[in-house]
Amino acid sequence: MIVGSLLLLGLFKFPLWNIMLGAPQYPEPLGMNIFIDGIEGQNEFDIQNIDGLNHYIGMKTLPKPEDMWEFSVFPMVIGGMALLGVLLGFLGYFKKIGYQWFLLWFFLMAVLGTLGMYDFNAWMIDYGTNLDPNAIMKLQNPDGTPMSYKPPLLGHKKLLNFDAYSYPRLGGYFMFVGMLFTLLAYMIGRNKIKLNRL
Amino acid sequence: MKKYSYHVLSLLGLLLVFAGCGNQQGQGSSNGALNSSAAEKVYVAPGQQDEFYAFLSGGYSGNLTVYGLPSGRMFKEIPVFSQFPTSGYGYSEETKPMLNTSHGFVPWDDLHHPDISQTNGELDGRWIFVNGNNTPRIARVSLSTFETEEIIEIPNSAGNHSSSFITENTEYVVAGTRFSVPVPQRDMPIAEYKSNFKGALSFIEVEPEHGHMDIKFQVLMPGFNYDLSHPGRGDSHGWFFFSTYNSEEASTLLEVNASQNDKDFIAAINWKKIEEYVNNGGGTKMPANYAHNVYDESTHMGTSTMKKEVVTVDPTKVPDAVFFLPTPKSPHGCDVDPSGQYIIGAGKLSADLTVHSFDKMLAAIEGKKFDGEAYGIPILKFEDVLAGTVKSGGLGPLHTEFDSKGNAYTTFFISSEVVKWKLGTWEVIDRQPTFYSVGHLMIPGGNSRKPFGKYVVAMNKITKDRYLPTGPEMEHSAQIYDISGEKMELIYDFPTHGEPHYAAGCPAELLASKSKKIYRLDENKHPYAVTSPDQAKVVREGKNVHVYMSTIRSHFTPDNIEGIKVGDKVYFHITNHEQDFDVPHGFSMIGQNTSEILVMPGQTKTSVWEPKQVGVWPFYCTDFCSALHQEMQGYVRVSPANSNIELSWSLGGD
Repeated sequence: MIVGSLLLLGLFKFPLWNIMLGAPQYPEPLGMNIFIDGIEGQNEFDIQNIDGLNHYIGMKTLPKPEDMWEFSVFPMVIGGMALLGVLLGFLGYFKKIGYQWFLLWFFLMAVLGTLGMYDFNAWMIDYGTNLDPNAIMKLQNPDGTPMSYKPPLLGHKKLLNFDAYSYPRLGGYFMFVGMLFTLLAYMIGRNKIKLNRL
Repeated sequence: MKKYSYHVLSLLGLLLVFAGCGNQQGQGSSNGALNSSAAEKVYVAPGQQDEFYAFLSGGYSGNLTVYGLPSGRMFKEIPVFSQFPTSGYGYSEETKPMLNTSHGFVPWDDLHHPDISQTNGELDGRWIFVNGNNTPRIARVSLSTFETEEIIEIPNSAGNHSSSFITENTEYVVAGTRFSVPVPQRDMPIAEYKSNFKGALSFIEVEPEHGHMDIKFQVLMPGFNYDLSHPGRGDSHGWFFFSTYNSEEASTLLEVNASQNDKDFIAAINWKKIEEYVNNGGGTKMPANYAHNVYDESTHMGTSTMKKEVVTVDPTKVPDAVFFLPTPKSPHGCDVDPSGQYIIGAGKLSADLTVHSFDKMLAAIEGKKFDGEAYGIPILKFEDVLAGTVKSGGLGPLHTEFDSKGNAYTTFFISSEVVKWKLGTWEVIDRQPTFYSVGHLMIPGGNSRKPFGKYVVAMNKITKDRYLPTGPEMEHSAQIYDISGEKMELIYDFPTHGEPHYAAGCPAELLASKSKKIYRLDENKHPYAVTSPDQAKVVREGKNVHVYMSTIRSHFTPDNIEGIKVGDKVYFHITNHEQDFDVPHGFSMIGQNTSEILVMPGQTKTSVWEPKQVGVWPFYCTDFCSALHQEMQGYVRVSPANSNIELSWSLGGD
């Protein structure tokens, strides 16, 4: 439980998510790493270059940490959850509380995570569809609706000449493994009790 | 009777044709350009990259060209001594100083011999040095930006031909004069050439960190013609060897008068001894006037300073420093093998190659076995220093390079061929025709301790029927031979640009990974740079108007300018704000009496326009930078000289 919660702290060092944009004229793809406290380019000037390309289709520039409340709240939530998890772990270890609390933490984390993903997706929808009406290129889908440039939440999507790939990165994997550990902690706790009962 | 002789003639013709075929087949595998294995050897598939860089001199184009081997594809022309509208080199305000000399602005030169910097006798890929033959200059080109960074003029020199070869730790780049001239220059009868003219051999110190060049000393040699040179390496490190012709000291009809002596010389110079002599206060400080031009990568700007003094050394004043090695028949090439033991003289009017032994030379000097002297410089006995003679059967040997297996490869201009021979035994192993009249050849690293003997490139002087005809003037031809086997195999033929006199090559991995992709905007120290579009402005200083302009796909900031007047001198200082690889922007103004400029990401360049007519005049981006490149344009309003219209500038109506 303790290890699992501590793994969340990896998010402070490593990116949660990554979006790569490759195109014929970008043999070395442009990419952005999404951290819980901001967005960084895969290479130094990628953010500038993505913004440069996005201005043709009227996308807003990529947010700086001060532009989005998420980048200040997410670190607090993650830090708080890690702290809570460690606390629960210790209390569980000293048998002050039952293993059910681990499951509770897991569910809480899952709910918060889902909310986070929902928020992330909502931001991408806004980013990909809320376009400058004076954009240089105004493209439409075959049905006449304005084309959306929302990158995929997970997996691959073709956006004009670009192939967008969106996947979790090391910080994200740490989080998933951490959450798995807490679930394991719950199950081990439950089995122990069962064994004791036998 | 008449008819009969026609028959005989055509029969003879047929015979000749067959004989020709026979000869070609006689050359066996050499005729392999048509077979598929040769094609496979040079085929670099789309998306794949070459194995070697090759830097071919551009001769009278004044520039250096970059090719890939084995594909023969040209990657870049690097402007060095010639104005180059493609990039604006020599036209932009920043690069005009690079072409400054003691004779004023010289927009052209004849670029001859590239040499890549070395450490411990091996290519290190930091810089490439080249010489300007006509108005004597040496240039240093960066191998991370592939741009000319420095040019130094050589005083007391004329026809800077035995240049620009470097010592094995790039201590010096060496520049020898082809023409001997009065030193210092003065008004005197040409007929008094003999014993009055001097041949200056310049040793230019290279500062190890930045490569900056400074003439350490000039050895004032007898008035011969110094043709080519090469450094000693290994045991002979510390020596430099120069071939000479016209030891007759003729000043007219040299083709006859300079070909009378049976032997000319290879001059052996112990530069370490002379360096020590100069460090101890030896030599004479002579007044001089020569330009030193340096381009600064952070300010993106060249500056030219005139230097006023040079140290000259009388070779007879330095004991045991300079000797002459008799070498038959006006030697051209003067090449040193990878071990540093053999100095190969290519007597260009002879059939044979003369190989001198460095060890024998030292022994002869030790034993003071001299065969007279020339102007106080001891002449060693030919037989005492001779290591061997290569009896090749070819005619007109010019230049030799080496592989790593103890073989040498020599070009023969008159008999149009490359001859492979063995060092030590002097036996000829193979010979292959070139097309036609080959000058120099190049093996990557072939002028170092560590050659990469996979290909040899032969650079020819005559093209004739090799390619589709293009009128009387054609590019020169080059051939690539695979030399990995015992026999050479002709595998490719490609046209080159200008006249390659010599080339230098190196493995691709030595340079590819450190080749610069962009200049950092946050490191741009150009005094007229704008690092953010909101700094863009137009400033009037009397008749001079400075436009601080930025570019990003796909607009100029500002793109509308008013308040310019007839008679103004407008400086467009363009800063490219892109920080993306291979996204330059160009700039050109209608009616400008100069070329466009091409500005690399993060760089600032300046283009001058002197409007002469009232009107509204457009400018545009000359590089197809983006889908909206055609929209990347703007206007300048030019009012009469006495107009009161205030300067104003804008973008998008703001």
